[in-house]
Amino acid sequence: MNLMIALIVFSPLLGILVLSFIPKMQESSIKLVGILATLPAMVLSLAVFSQYKNGTELFEYNLKWNWIHFGMSEGVFEIPFELGMDGFSLIMVVLTSILSLLAAIASLHIKKEWKGYFMLFLLLEVGMLGVFVAENLILFFLFFEITLIPMFFLIGKWGYHEKEKAAYSFLIYNGLGSAVLLIVIMVLFARTGTSNIDVLQQLLTADAGHARITDSVKMGLLLALLVAFGVKLPIFPLHTWMLRVHVQAPPSIVMLHSGILLKIGAYGLIRFGMGIFPEQFTSIAWLLATLGVVNLLYGAFLALVQKDFKMVLAYSSISHMGIVLIGVGALNEAGIQGAIFQVVSHGLISALLFFLVGIFYERFHTSHITKLGGMAKGMPITAGFLLAGAMASLGLPGMSGFVSEFMAFLGLFEAMPVLAAVGCLGIILTAVYLLRAVLGMTFGKAHREFTGISDIRSFEWAPVLVLVALIVLIGVYPSVLSEPLQATLETIMLGLGG
Amino acid sequence: MDLEQMLSYQWAIMTPEFIILGIATILSIMDLFMPKDQDRKILGWIAFTSIIAAFVSLLGLVDLELTSILYDTFRLDSYAKAFKLLLLLGAALVMLLAISYEPKEEMKEYKGEFYYLFLTALLGAMVMTSSGDLITLFVGLELLSLSSYILAGIRKKHLPSNESAMKYVINGGISTAVTLFGLSYVFGLTGSTNLTEITGVLSANFDTQQIYLLGLSFLLVFVGLSFKLASVPFHMWAPDVYQGAPTPVTAFLSVVSKTAGFVILLRILLSVYGAAPSGSSTASYPMLIKMQDYIALLAGATMIIGNVIALRQRNVKRLFAYSSIAHAGYLLVAIAALSAFMFDAMWFYLGAYLFMNLGAFAIIQLISGKSDNEDISAFAGLYKRSPILAVSMGVFLLSLAGIPGTAGFIGKLNIFMGTFYVDPAHYVLASVMIATTVISYFYYFGIFTQMFFRPPATDEKIQLPAGIIVVLVITVAATIVFGLFPNLAFDFLHNHFNGFSDMFQ
Repeated sequence: MNLMIALIVFSPLLGILVLSFIPKMQESSIKLVGILATLPAMVLSLAVFSQYKNGTELFEYNLKWNWIHFGMSEGVFEIPFELGMDGFSLIMVVLTSILSLLAAIASLHIKKEWKGYFMLFLLLEVGMLGVFVAENLILFFLFFEITLIPMFFLIGKWGYHEKEKAAYSFLIYNGLGSAVLLIVIMVLFARTGTSNIDVLQQLLTADAGHARITDSVKMGLLLALLVAFGVKLPIFPLHTWMLRVHVQAPPSIVMLHSGILLKIGAYGLIRFGMGIFPEQFTSIAWLLATLGVVNLLYGAFLALVQKDFKMVLAYSSISHMGIVLIGVGALNEAGIQGAIFQVVSHGLISALLFFLVGIFYERFHTSHITKLGGMAKGMPITAGFLLAGAMASLGLPGMSGFVSEFMAFLGLFEAMPVLAAVGCLGIILTAVYLLRAVLGMTFGKAHREFTGISDIRSFEWAPVLVLVALIVLIGVYPSVLSEPLQATLETIMLGLGG
Repeated sequence: MDLEQMLSYQWAIMTPEFIILGIATILSIMDLFMPKDQDRKILGWIAFTSIIAAFVSLLGLVDLELTSILYDTFRLDSYAKAFKLLLLLGAALVMLLAISYEPKEEMKEYKGEFYYLFLTALLGAMVMTSSGDLITLFVGLELLSLSSYILAGIRKKHLPSNESAMKYVINGGISTAVTLFGLSYVFGLTGSTNLTEITGVLSANFDTQQIYLLGLSFLLVFVGLSFKLASVPFHMWAPDVYQGAPTPVTAFLSVVSKTAGFVILLRILLSVYGAAPSGSSTASYPMLIKMQDYIALLAGATMIIGNVIALRQRNVKRLFAYSSIAHAGYLLVAIAALSAFMFDAMWFYLGAYLFMNLGAFAIIQLISGKSDNEDISAFAGLYKRSPILAVSMGVFLLSLAGIPGTAGFIGKLNIFMGTFYVDPAHYVLASVMIATTVISYFYYFGIFTQMFFRPPATDEKIQLPAGIIVVLVITVAATIVFGLFPNLAFDFLHNHFNGFSDMFQ
């Protein structure tokens, strides 16, 4: 039995354990433990990644224990504790563990109650890692919900002015989303007797069909899935909670929220929506692509008029998640690959930008574009990185954003050219709103003196450099992602009948 | 009945009841002869010990075959045993709360009653669980009710307590009358009060002309018993009574009394209405199936009313009254679905509810304390004042809200699975259940907001009495352990009780 995955997922718990023995006023040791506790997961997941590169098959890491079984007779309604990975989940795990470490470093800016903060932070990491390696739907749901509770507290306690409202908004929207998800999961489980993703895939895509799950039930379940993950992604008009969270939560948490948590929606749609209901998915692909274009344009237009940089980024996230939907809706290899690339790329870019927001906030206590004007004079290096992040985000060739947008649109042009043409408008708008915001901040009219403001500092270098390096790496050498994805993509395409 | 026959009965199966009865009697006598100014707490500890003794003796009977005595009026089948375990466990924890209960006016004069009335109420609940006859059932029900009426009003000089007792008596009287009226139809139609005989008569050659009468009796019995469950339509008493009654009594009503109510409801439903045909042809399905829709309707109404009204409560005990109504609704969903998982689901959920709710009440009792401040703001800054209490309360609230990792989640999952397992699936009922669960996040997390986000009003340290510590340790551990490893409970249930297959023998 290979315990590697379990070690990756549960290693942050060790940190929680150690933290519980540290007195709560010892700021520096708490922060140190908090950061160190995210290291094992990252090291181990990178180790798995490199082993995989060297030819180890991923299923060797699978893990399965007996856990729960309902009902009287043996064998039926079992929920084993099973973890495993394919290429897609491997990439997400690596991304999660890296971003967690960087967000933990960004958490050095946190000003109060570090002990509670880092304990919740590490619990959040367990949830996020677990979501991507869960091999059955109920386990997926369990980890999904584990992310909910720490997030509620992290937003509600360490956020800004309207933090409690944002926390509630997060809780209720996501609660409803996961409620719908639970219905889907339980219908599948109660009617087929299994919640294992691969088994379900085989059962439901079999030619004969499943006796207790008719085609109309499947369609209903898929639409419910779309709502459940649509809240998470978020798809317009289910996005309002996410704006609040982006603005009110502490930047270190938004790094994770925007970088990983939103991506669970995309992961779920691709893994379960496409994987379990391929036939029905094909028939609503137009809907997804349309929703994607709507998301893309809606986010871009509203990002144009925002005064707060955090709001720009929030709407930009909505806009960029539209590209994921576009790629998925294209239903061909290029499109889906583009969608997954966008998931990773946007995770890195938004983490970078929100890390920079954290730096601004720490120094100026604002993230308003006009109030930050002229920043390039006082903090040239930070301003440079900001520009780099924006360039990546608007899809400058050579950076990760370009690859993903290019592929997603390539896919959509092949499938639905008219829609794709409309969507292209969004790409232009992206450039406009990002340049407007970034130029306003860096070279705009100065409203303050920048003397005595330090530029980027020691510990702040690491996350920025790592993120920029990864963004460029994916931009110039996309096979670092596409190779692990190959097998996953082939399975999906096979299911879609392409 | 001569002496020989009396002695030939297997009285051993009533050992748990005899222990409770004996100790209750002894305590009442001791209370009479103890000097007035002597502390009565010792009586509480004796009562607690007797409940534990009864629990242990019941464990000894667990693997006994179905046995019934006294002309099948008292039966110890696996169904009775499984639920009696819950009742005794709940009562033991409640007793610990009662021992640690220190109201403002120090109810010295009647503290003795306070302890042994719990025992008589428990005895009533246990008799209900084991009854194989409508008469024993009713005697048990009344014993439980009458003891609870007094318990609710035991704070003589406390106005809300008096109000609560009054309302409880009146509502209880009405509901009992309704139940009895319904049962009188059953007796009239079958000519027997024995449940096994009733099953026999109804399933054999039952006059189909009388189906409507039986249907009427179903509604009357169900409505009457909903009083004990605190479910719609007899839920109105719960908020006032829960608020006014002393906290241990509230805990007792919300856990032990409710469990007893569900036990008896299910027994009557299955043995009377599960046997009766619903139509003229002999092949027609049982009346209970036909009545599912009504149960589903009431379950839905219960969940909606409980959860929605709870949103606006500021008084914690009132809030928990509505929460308790909502949980009765979830449990009714399991009955309405009538799936193969029903027994498992109900047993597990009642067990989980026992732990999480009693734990929460232990903390409520501690926080409201001598000041009688039951406003939700009493929880403000609890995390600062006592992190352990705040985290424990957090565990209970998460479990009540049905968040994974807690016993409450597994309970809900199991009920949920039942609604989808049957054909046709109860999509609407399940959706209502899950939607109201999300609504419940609002008020449960409202307490979180108070505990973790608000500054404390006082820095006064919270004294933890020994009884409360024991309750908290047990309930927190059980809530988490059964949440992560629910099969500890399910396997116990399956290995010892074999799916309650002897219920109708």
